Amino acid sequence: MNEVKCECGHVNPHGTILCEACGKVFEEQSNDDKKLLDMRYEGSARRSQTYNKTFIDKIWNFFSSVKVGVWLIVITLVASALGTVLPQEMYIPPVMPASEYYEDQYGWFGKLYYDLGFHNLYSSWWYLILVASIGVSLVICSLDRVIPLYRALKAQKVTRHDGFLKRQRVYGVTQLNNSEKPYDTIKERLKLKRYHIREEDGNLLAEKGRFSRWGPYVNHVGLIIFLIGCMLRFVPGMYVDQILWIREGETKVIPGTDSEYFLKNEKFTVEVYDKEKDKEVFNKALEKSGMVAKNYQSDVVLYKKKGETVAGEEAELEKVKDYSIQVNKPLKFEKFALYQVDYKLNELNKMSFKLINKETEKEFGSLTVDLYNPQTEYELEPGYSVNIISYFPDFQFGEDGKPMTKSRIPNNPAFVFEMFTPDKPEGERSFVAIRQNIEPFGDNEYKMAFNGIETKHVSALTVRKDLTLWTIGIGGAIFMIGVIQGSYWNHRRIWIRRKDGEVIVAAHTNKNWFGIKKELQVVLDGTGIEEPIDQSIDEKKVNEEKVG
Amino acid sequence: MKKQRLVMRTVILILLAAAVGYTLYANFTKDEVERVAKGKIAPDFVLTDLNGQKHRLSDYEGKGVFLNFWATWCKPCEREMPYMNNQYQNYKDQGVEIIAVNVAESDVAVKEFANRYQLQFPIVIDKDQQVMTAYGVNPLPITFLIDKNGEVVDVHRGEIPTEELLIELLEKIKP
Repeated sequence: MNEVKCECGHVNPHGTILCEACGKVFEEQSNDDKKLLDMRYEGSARRSQTYNKTFIDKIWNFFSSVKVGVWLIVITLVASALGTVLPQEMYIPPVMPASEYYEDQYGWFGKLYYDLGFHNLYSSWWYLILVASIGVSLVICSLDRVIPLYRALKAQKVTRHDGFLKRQRVYGVTQLNNSEKPYDTIKERLKLKRYHIREEDGNLLAEKGRFSRWGPYVNHVGLIIFLIGCMLRFVPGMYVDQILWIREGETKVIPGTDSEYFLKNEKFTVEVYDKEKDKEVFNKALEKSGMVAKNYQSDVVLYKKKGETVAGEEAELEKVKDYSIQVNKPLKFEKFALYQVDYKLNELNKMSFKLINKETEKEFGSLTVDLYNPQTEYELEPGYSVNIISYFPDFQFGEDGKPMTKSRIPNNPAFVFEMFTPDKPEGERSFVAIRQNIEPFGDNEYKMAFNGIETKHVSALTVRKDLTLWTIGIGGAIFMIGVIQGSYWNHRRIWIRRKDGEVIVAAHTNKNWFGIKKELQVVLDGTGIEEPIDQSIDEKKVNEEKVG
Repeated sequence: MKKQRLVMRTVILILLAAAVGYTLYANFTKDEVERVAKGKIAPDFVLTDLNGQKHRLSDYEGKGVFLNFWATWCKPCEREMPYMNNQYQNYKDQGVEIIAVNVAESDVAVKEFANRYQLQFPIVIDKDQQVMTAYGVNPLPITFLIDKNGEVVDVHRGEIPTEELLIELLEKIKP
């Protein structure tokens, strides 16, 4: 591949369209051609399509194409949208396996959805590869454009080739013999407009806002940092998102903290707005919607483990602090935050029974069963005692007709009691569940009568640690800086060329043509140099006439 | 110049491919990372069995440990219990210990269950779910096969459907 040497002496990389220094058009058409120049990337040799020899170059050129990038984005968008049509796997109720659930709920469409893997879209390999490809495309597209653009803007000379100027959108020629005075006036006015002025052989280049050209690339750097932040979430230790269900009075290890921190739930409270107690202002709203939640609060104690213990061992705990966790008021420690996220009211905790004689209804003492850890033997009045033979915290009858438990949570506790009394020293058995009392032999003299319950609230907290936030924040900030840089400033250039009693004025901006024309109007006003015309409007007219 | 360009492109592409590759790898292993997996040292624990005897994993160094997490309400756990019971004594003599960790149930329920199936092997109860958290257990049943050096040789998720498979698993950790 040969480099291209321009007649002005500048050596350009292969594939260059316009000379980096003087702007001479290299390709096909002659410099006198009337057509306007495509000024994107300054006509620099972007992505050197010609270096297409090796496998690496082929991959590089694939990702370097903006067309490919746009398609990747479109495909990702469509896929993301499809993922929202039905609920994702993690949100479906755990009543049956996902493979059956989708078909059961949504018919053939659900089955197709599941078979195509859309039920777990956002962490499927192909979705991640799509997002990653956008990242790769972003890096390569940017590199392939920003470097040639930087080179071209750096190498540009003040004196530009006639053909280059003639084919700028804003262009004008004035016949003027003595151009010294107007030239100086224009130069002064341009300076006042904060243009950087460069001169060479009586020609002038005024330029401002070049840094706005870097906006898109700054923006891309921000995006890439943002993507890196998202990637960091997968690095162990950087991101924790777990749920901790904790009963009142319970002390539990906080997941994600390597068993270092423990939490005790002292009390959970739900408050609703009350017409009597709260301010009158709320009355109307309350009448409309009835119950309105005011507060969800877990009063907790945070403990830190002292010394080394292994799991299961009773750890010595050191109190760190008391705190009341409310919605949006998390308990923070180290890099962790515990958020109030859910609750369950009045979970059964203890149940009381009394032993009575079925006929006389005479009582012989009572007992209270801790539903999470029942004792097996209970001594009542002298001569009377009760044993628990079986315990089913979440009772139901199994397929075989035998009592069983569905879980370890006491949602529906049931017991097999054995009652020892002076009359029946060998013991009587009865099966007791809520509103049920079954006697296997049907001839008991005594029974366990229900004598009240004690309930506790259960609070659910989200354990969250996110060390990636600052990366995502910085990425987002740089992204915005890039957007602002690219949108609120324009890169404007004005060329003035004097030659053989002619003054050529040409101008280019990357956006806001109205602005630069207005500026030229002010700068040229009263100098005797004609305001250049917008050739694109001219061109359009010519085309319209042709059509007409 | 051309050579340099090729080198630059190769380096950048390799870097990008590495980042993408790592993300994919991390995504597909993220469920495993927090958990005890094959090849890792099994976290030590101390739990008390139904007879009040303490079992510390590190005390079993030199022996294989078949560590099974279960609950009485879990049907698949219930089905595999008799197999474990059948093989317990045989493999104990060969230096493989079976320990069944019940997840946070009451003594009554667990004892009743153990009596019903005449279970011989030690059953410990993980009252406050510390061990369960340390091993990242979810869902039940799950079995960790720990060799004589305390290293996890294999993790069997879900039910062990046949006694043959159980024997196969036990064979893996014979010292």
